[in-house]
Amino acid sequence: MGFEFVALSLPPLVIGVLAAMACALPGNFLLLRRQALIGDAISHVVLPGIVVAFLITGLVAAVPMMLGAAAAALAAVVLIEAIRRLGNVEPGAAMGVVFTAMFAGGVLLLEQSDTSGVHLDVEHALYGNLESLIWLDATGWASLTDPQALAALPPELPRMALAFLVVAIVTALFWRPLKLSTFDEGFARSLGLPTGLIGLGIVVMAALAAVAAFDAVGSIIVIAMFICPPAAARLMTNRLEHQVAWSLVFATLSAVLGYVLAGYGPLWIGAATSVSAAGMIATVSGLLLAAACLWAPHRTA
Amino acid sequence: MLADALFLQLGYNAALVALGATALGIAAGAVGAFLYLRKRSLVSDAISHATLPGLALAFIVMVLLGSDGRFLPGLLAGSALSAWLGLWLVSWMSHRTRLAEDAAIGAVLSVFFGFGIVLLTVIQSLPAGRQAGLEGFLLGSTAGMLRSDALTIAAGGLVVLALTYALRRPLLMGAFDPVHARMMGVATRQVDLMLMTLVMAVTVVGLKVVGLILIVALLIIPAVAARFWSDQAERVVLISGALGGLSGYTGAALSATAPDLPTGPIIVLVAFGLFATSLLVAPGRGLLATALRHRQVQQRVHLRQGLLALAHGQPIYEGLTRRILRRQGLTRPDGVATRDGRAAASRALRDENRWQALRRTEHLSELATRDDGLTRIEDVLTSDQIATLDATLAPQKGGA
Repeated sequence: MGFEFVALSLPPLVIGVLAAMACALPGNFLLLRRQALIGDAISHVVLPGIVVAFLITGLVAAVPMMLGAAAAALAAVVLIEAIRRLGNVEPGAAMGVVFTAMFAGGVLLLEQSDTSGVHLDVEHALYGNLESLIWLDATGWASLTDPQALAALPPELPRMALAFLVVAIVTALFWRPLKLSTFDEGFARSLGLPTGLIGLGIVVMAALAAVAAFDAVGSIIVIAMFICPPAAARLMTNRLEHQVAWSLVFATLSAVLGYVLAGYGPLWIGAATSVSAAGMIATVSGLLLAAACLWAPHRTA
Repeated sequence: MLADALFLQLGYNAALVALGATALGIAAGAVGAFLYLRKRSLVSDAISHATLPGLALAFIVMVLLGSDGRFLPGLLAGSALSAWLGLWLVSWMSHRTRLAEDAAIGAVLSVFFGFGIVLLTVIQSLPAGRQAGLEGFLLGSTAGMLRSDALTIAAGGLVVLALTYALRRPLLMGAFDPVHARMMGVATRQVDLMLMTLVMAVTVVGLKVVGLILIVALLIIPAVAARFWSDQAERVVLISGALGGLSGYTGAALSATAPDLPTGPIIVLVAFGLFATSLLVAPGRGLLATALRHRQVQQRVHLRQGLLALAHGQPIYEGLTRRILRRQGLTRPDGVATRDGRAAASRALRDENRWQALRRTEHLSELATRDDGLTRIEDVLTSDQIATLDATLAPQKGGA
């Protein structure tokens, strides 16, 4: 049991939890700023980004793909803003125009280019492949202290940990301006805070989390984690500090419960194969949100 | 090949699909225009993603009942049911909890989609599930489809279009004049319900053609593009329908020319092309027209200021003003006014003096608020009124 768990289940579980938390953290601010769907838009435009990066470099390597994804996310934000301002288009619709068109372009490029034999397809982009992130060199719990075995950890794990750390540290460093500009933008501006820059910073943080998580777990978890845990947390409390803490708890719960249910749930009811972990994590986060909508203390204003 | 495709020469199925996609595009464009005008475009994103679990469940149920599970009308009925549930949840969450509608939309779309993916992996483990081809509903695939499916799509597109046409009056009223609509006995809630039903119908029919991830584009992009062409409600709906139909038709025809051109993305990209064109060249609100208008106003302001400066005998230092005056032959290269220039300057000065006189008169002074430095006084007052004004100016008329 020990060996099997450490090698096959522990890495995806940890990656899932890190991805969930990295997305939930900026999700809190997006939710309060009524920008919850930015996460949705970003996770769609990541696809053309990695496809273009692949076409340029010919490599399925993490760094060019993440750069491509980040560039696409940035391009999308700029385009949305441009269409909104130039055409005087309502923000939701501007977003809808940009992310659907970019996603369509990504799909088309992918279908047109020769990616056979390369691990790159639309399904992978949508629901990732959490289950495949296994740690072959692990022999048991002792491997956690064995540097040689640790070096063979799936690279997604340290990458995701780094992304979460960056998001967490930036959030902690800029906590006061973030809080002020989220709750009272006018007041924050009168204090001389660069509210436009702060807003952009939040979107950049969200994009960073989305791009890092996307590679490991697919965009469906990313969208769910941007919204569901923060939304459930919002119904639990009126204080931002508590809301962020609750959202991290919900994100962790979703990832752990979802992963376990996807891997072992079907076995319990007698089915032979497991189901998509990414889909199950999103489902569990939705069930948690549903419970919060029904019973949380602050569910109505 | 391309011409064959555009003239529907690629076979009966392809022609049927193109017909269905055109009808669907028109309906989606028109319905999307109502959605956009009500500022609820992104609700359709939740509805479309919410179709996936119903689609998968319908497949599973049909397999359990002993059929092969790919019966398209059955799949579409299942997807409509779960889309309805998703829509109900969005409105329940945004009304009954303090979460905003955008959060409710995001939550429903991601959770329903995630659960749908879980069900898809369940289906893949079923003996009948290997060839289910349900992935085709994610991005739309019309290549190699059955005759009956093509017929379903064509019929579905026409039904949605007819439904939209039948409901156009209450929808228009609800979108633009809710108060009047209520007086006529049409409740806003009912209009919303009709609108959402139509959105659902478009989504469900569009599943096989455009796919559930991108169908939202057909509801949003034509409407946003149409808004550039007109400010008038009915026209926006018509233009949006036309743009949507054009996207559907061109996209479906193009994708029939090659096996690896997926229908959904092509349709969306054609729509986006139409949007980009509208953004640039539409008269009225397009970027080119706006830039041109801005330039014209700028030139007229500079011309006017330059002429007044000439009339007062002041030197002009500003580069653009000097260029405009010289180009119109009003000054010589050294900045001295030509004969035309002097005449134009005195006309400008007289106009300016009349405006000032108008501001001093009691009974007409509110008209003076229309003085923006560009409107000629002849366009505001009658010649009689100008004559009266000139009479008050006469003693100080001076050089004019």
